[in-house]
Amino acid sequence: MSLLDILRVRAREGRQTVAYPDGPVKLPERFRGRPTLDASRCPDGCERCAEACPTDAVGPLGAGAGGVGLDLGRCLFCADCVEACPEGAIAFTRDFRLAARTRGALVVQRDEALLAEALGQKLRELFGRSLKLREVCAGGCNGCEAELNACGNIQFDMGRFGIQWVASPRHADGLVLTGPVTENMRDALLRTYEAIPAPKLVIAVGACAISGGPFRGSPAVRDGVGDLLPVDLWLPGCPPHPLTFLDGVLRLLGRVQGGREAEIVRLPQATSESRAAAGALKGR
Amino acid sequence: MLELTNATAVSRREIPALAADAFRSALGDALRGGARLGALFGREGAAGEAILTAVVNDDGVGASRVVEARVRGGYPSLTSEWPEAQAFERELFEETGVVPEGHPWLKPLRFPPRPGGEGAASIPGAYPYFAVEGEEVHEVAVGPVHAGVIEPGHFRFQCHGERVLHLEIQLGWQHRGVEELLRGGPTKRTLSIVETIAGDTTIGHAIAHCELLEALSGGVAPPRAQALRGVALELERLANHVGDLGALAGDVGFLPSASFLGRLRAEFLNATAEICGSRFGRGLLVPGGVRFDVGSEAAAALAVRVEKAVRSVQAAADLFFDAPSVRGRTDGVGVVAPALAASLGLVGPAARACGLARDVRRDHPSGIYRFAYLPAVLAQHGDVFSRAWIRLLEAERSAAFVAQQLRSLPGGPVRVALGSLAPDRLALSLVEGWRGEICHVALTGADGRFERYDVTDPSVHNWLGLAMALRGEQISDFPLCNKSFNLSYAGHDL
Ligand code: SF4
Repeated sequence: MSLLDILRVRAREGRQTVAYPDGPVKLPERFRGRPTLDASRCPDGCERCAEACPTDAVGPLGAGAGGVGLDLGRCLFCADCVEACPEGAIAFTRDFRLAARTRGALVVQRDEALLAEALGQKLRELFGRSLKLREVCAGGCNGCEAELNACGNIQFDMGRFGIQWVASPRHADGLVLTGPVTENMRDALLRTYEAIPAPKLVIAVGACAISGGPFRGSPAVRDGVGDLLPVDLWLPGCPPHPLTFLDGVLRLLGRVQGGREAEIVRLPQATSESRAAAGALKGR
Repeated sequence: MLELTNATAVSRREIPALAADAFRSALGDALRGGARLGALFGREGAAGEAILTAVVNDDGVGASRVVEARVRGGYPSLTSEWPEAQAFERELFEETGVVPEGHPWLKPLRFPPRPGGEGAASIPGAYPYFAVEGEEVHEVAVGPVHAGVIEPGHFRFQCHGERVLHLEIQLGWQHRGVEELLRGGPTKRTLSIVETIAGDTTIGHAIAHCELLEALSGGVAPPRAQALRGVALELERLANHVGDLGALAGDVGFLPSASFLGRLRAEFLNATAEICGSRFGRGLLVPGGVRFDVGSEAAAALAVRVEKAVRSVQAAADLFFDAPSVRGRTDGVGVVAPALAASLGLVGPAARACGLARDVRRDHPSGIYRFAYLPAVLAQHGDVFSRAWIRLLEAERSAAFVAQQLRSLPGGPVRVALGSLAPDRLALSLVEGWRGEICHVALTGADGRFERYDVTDPSVHNWLGLAMALRGEQISDFPLCNKSFNLSYAGHDL
């Protein structure tokens, strides 16, 4: 093997970094990004989506709140609700932008984009061109962790924006949390947070960190970050796509603003067969 | 012992229930005869008794055997003679209090939080680690929070200078209560939990679960679904093997292959996403089949894409394996001798790298693997190089399998409705995940619900292999050895 061989492979591989945020992104046709709801189609008293949703993320919001809502903080993007809905009121778009600055903003009732607002001027000046992050996995399944790792590879290359994973919390400007926060990790999580010098950011990644995800209610976990840490950015998904993370952080830093209208791709309607199959499974 | 094959169910009444000593000797005979321990778990029985259930997998005859025991207080430990039982017996003790008498080291496995206890007792770190004493001996502690973006666990090295005398791996930080959550199911959430037992093995665990439900309900996934499941399982293997090769290249500082392979891993994740929308295969599997079909044009395009990607992998991996600096860092490093690997009960690529020919796809085939044969790949040296080399060879075989399956998908539907689950049964399901044997065992109660759902991720078998690989090595080779196994913390801690 010679240097020439390496260069030959390099030439064949070409440039592999995604064009985002300056150019278009290519996502698989069936990619499930931000879901949309059209509650005007929901017949009174219908709870089919709620009966199907593994994490009770979707359904009637309850007396007073009005209508049907979908909590992206709990959503696993599994599409069980799409299959269950007899009215076609729920659809997944390919919009990968899913960042919110508050927990409440993750509850959607219609087709509304999620574009997190930037930090204030002062923090933007501090972190805008160099943001070092310490990741803490507290019960994550390695799905979120794998996608966060991918953010650093040559394809998503968050290093181009000065965003980097660091090993020591002392070197970090913020903490990225994944996992439902197991009882056994709570202490280590808090101590890592304390070790990061202020001012510091907290980013909650994935359904687990936001709400406990599939493990919600287990006595071994704390159902996500709760009020253990002050969260600056919420990134739903199971796991969130690397572009969702990149987009969220760049918006937080004020380096991406606005955005094109999401392209809405509705999943193929459930057939009566598939619905029967789904019903037979769910009914038990 | 009662014989059963992979992805089938038997009546619980037919399972022999032995006394403690007979249980021990029946299992001993099976293990001596070449079977491996696949699962061992306990639950509460009547009148202060505990009921133990053990499953052994006999690769030679392609069948498994199950046996139960009623014990009070304890039973003679298997581990004293069969080290492969060590983690299972620790789990058993931790969950039920049943004492495997004579177990050499009955230390906690996962530290499930005790009711009402926020105290140190339930925190894995508060634990007396094994310590080597001596004037020049020192100790290095790493974790639970590691340097990279990875899962938490603790590594305690006893070193003499740079040399590792002993590595103790303590896990438990990731314990989420998976098996407890699965009890009483299936519910609408069951499949989501199964898919995230180990998030990088979504397809592997989901197939194990779905085949188990199919065995319990008497349903069969249509041929097209079985082929698509196989495609997804091999794509999962490809993504992880290629990613691991890239990470190994990164750990030895061979950056060209690290960046090429890190990116190429995405080709296989994205191929999975073309099928089902998720890079990890979330939502693809459903009991009774798969949720998404692939049209013939899309299947053909996907086959070409996978073939092209694997050619790029070969080019990037050739650079890696040919570099003298890479050879120097991987040859003869982190060796697990074949006899040791066999006695620890290693599975998957870690076992095949030591020359142990075990592969569920070949030995206990279910689904598509009953019709399509994938040759098992072996290496001999049990070192980091062998574990890396195996990854490349398996990736090549998997890519060929994927392309072939996509070009010859059987016709017909991809999903059928399943009936209700049969009551009072034990069902077993084995899958060769990319890390090795995944084993799910379910016991249904009189109502057809899971009275018990036992999950064994391949990592449970293999973590001690990593600890042994480090014996006598330089501590600086730890990251490399660790990556060459790349085990799951979440899958172990459940
Ligand atoms: S949100 Fe989903 S992918 Fe992320 S850690 Fe939880 S289960 Fe895994």
